[in-house]
Amino acid sequence: MGHYIARRLIYLLVVLLVVSAITFFLMHAVPGGPFDQEKALPEETIANLESYYHLDEPLLLQYGRYLYDVALPHFTIQAPGNTRQEDFLIQFKVGNVWIQWMNFGPSYASRSRTVNDLFRQQLPVSMQLGVMALSVALLVGMPLGILAALKQNTILDYLGMSLAIFGVSVPVIVLGPLMIWIFGVTLKWLPPSGWGATPPYLWGILPQKLNWDYFKYAVMPAFALGLGSSAIIARLTRASLLQVIREDYIRTARAKGLQEPLVISRHALKNSLIPVVTVLGPLFAALITGTFVTELIFGIPGMGKYFVISITNRDYSVIMGTILLYAIFLVLSNLVVDIVYAYLDPRIRYD
Amino acid sequence: MTVELNLNSGRADAGGTPLTLKRESLWQDALRRLLRNRAAVIGGVIILILALTAIFADVIAIAPYDRQTLSDQNQVPAYLGVIFPSMKPYMKVSDKYPLGADYVGRDLFSRIVYGTRISLTIALIGPLISLFIGVIYGSISGYFGGRVDNLMMRIVDVLYAFPGLLFIILLMAFFRSTFAKPEPGTLAFFLGKLDSSLGGMLFIIIGIGLTGWETQARLTRGQVLSVREKEFIEAAHTIGASDLRIMFRHILPNIIGPLVIVETLAIPGYISLEAFLSFIGLGINPPTPSWGAMIADGANAIRTYPNQAIFPALALAITMFAFNFLGDGLRDALEPRLRGTQ
Repeated sequence: MGHYIARRLIYLLVVLLVVSAITFFLMHAVPGGPFDQEKALPEETIANLESYYHLDEPLLLQYGRYLYDVALPHFTIQAPGNTRQEDFLIQFKVGNVWIQWMNFGPSYASRSRTVNDLFRQQLPVSMQLGVMALSVALLVGMPLGILAALKQNTILDYLGMSLAIFGVSVPVIVLGPLMIWIFGVTLKWLPPSGWGATPPYLWGILPQKLNWDYFKYAVMPAFALGLGSSAIIARLTRASLLQVIREDYIRTARAKGLQEPLVISRHALKNSLIPVVTVLGPLFAALITGTFVTELIFGIPGMGKYFVISITNRDYSVIMGTILLYAIFLVLSNLVVDIVYAYLDPRIRYD
Repeated sequence: MTVELNLNSGRADAGGTPLTLKRESLWQDALRRLLRNRAAVIGGVIILILALTAIFADVIAIAPYDRQTLSDQNQVPAYLGVIFPSMKPYMKVSDKYPLGADYVGRDLFSRIVYGTRISLTIALIGPLISLFIGVIYGSISGYFGGRVDNLMMRIVDVLYAFPGLLFIILLMAFFRSTFAKPEPGTLAFFLGKLDSSLGGMLFIIIGIGLTGWETQARLTRGQVLSVREKEFIEAAHTIGASDLRIMFRHILPNIIGPLVIVETLAIPGYISLEAFLSFIGLGINPPTPSWGAMIADGANAIRTYPNQAIFPALALAITMFAFNFLGDGLRDALEPRLRGTQ
């Protein structure tokens, strides 16, 4: 297992290198630059800005500089200053040496902020939304699927599966406005837009208070985003449980006189979870990037708005940083899923 | 194909009619199963209606999709006051527009009718592109195996690590601005012209095609691997058939079924991707109507004129329902073994 994880981590580095290279050169191939504005700046100013941010250098050198800043850990003895040029996402002290890592650079469009500022203030919101949507997907999808499988071909089954088709057919951009209109505008049960937490965040990611004032903002977006995935999970759980229930070892369990609830919970459920776990990786990826759309609809101050703006602004460092960070999430979540998979199904060994 | 078995010929003189057994081909059998699936039939009928709407949009629409009447902006027919009571106090009633007018006074109904064209074109072309690239890529990878296979699949793995949605946003921005004002006479100029004459469809299609094929490629490879070692392939090798011929005449027909089904099930995904791109303003060029762009416009006015977002949203939802129903039905009819796996 250790070998396998090590190999996967090396592979992760290669993937990130390729992702960063493609993104970097594609992004610079888009005409225009970060300092083009409605009211054009004088040429000298632009030239100055570009040389200050090293944007006048050859692309390959810029790319190398970027990798140096982001990927290589930096070691200093001095206590790190708080300049915008040297803002590291991760820094800690070992003995009297500071280890600093992941300097995603300044944002060219809003020059008072660094990309890391953006990550610290906006990313937690996106993550909270993504995790809540995933919880909705699992907490709605799995019980629905289990119920439908145990009551196969009854009205419950049909109802549950119709609900699942409804779930996959209604994308966020449909469900969002509908929910806002019904629960936000007409019934006034929930606030139609906004988010219930502001920085600073607990451990850099959690909101300070977990109360209704926080959750009332999250209910609609989390459901709008998670419902489609819950439908996928429900159908998968149902199909997989139906298959497992017909296996011989289930018949054996019943034959030796085990009670039905125990047969289901001890013998059937764990094995039927395996296919569900395999889709969790792609699902998490879809949800975590899906937060972008949801944030735009519900006016949530997460990464979504800033990413779309950064593309129109050619805010290179924000584009690069966001795509890289999300690529890291995707690859890591797939790795975690593979490990969980091996744990659930001991027949699978990676070495 | 009908096979007549005269099982009771010996008793023909007794007046018994010959017993006839109809043997069904695979496709007839699948069609029969499909038609028995009520949801799939409803889905198919809805898609047919949508297709007719798209083709005859000029006849059905009551106004051109881009005709603005600024004095009519946000007008609403009287009956909508009953459905959306919150609008009642301030709505400007007029029966000129069956579903109301939008914020610049364009007829919502006509725009929804024209929007059918975009969504259905995407529904048709998205899967074709993804099938085309994915099947060729996957076939080559699976057929040749070894080092080629390894390299090609690693490339797909890397593409999988791209945060798809973010990447396609970047890609669309790249297309949109690269081909905005190129030199006349170049390829870029030609593509840009073609794209703008299609209302922005070309680049959406390319974008979808570039991001949608990886799953298909993996699936195709798996399928190719499963039939590659079969006897009939070996037989084809021994009579000297070329690699290309084996790949596309012997292997492909045997694996295409599940591939098409998976692609059918992916159609709603393509439709919602287009709607999403248009929603954030990187998809269809205005004023060409796309449901996604209409929802975006309507979402800005959701508190005051909910009809402007709700109706295009319903159109989008109904279309996706129809394709989901039909896709599910097709899968159950053609590959009963796959039932419930997607």
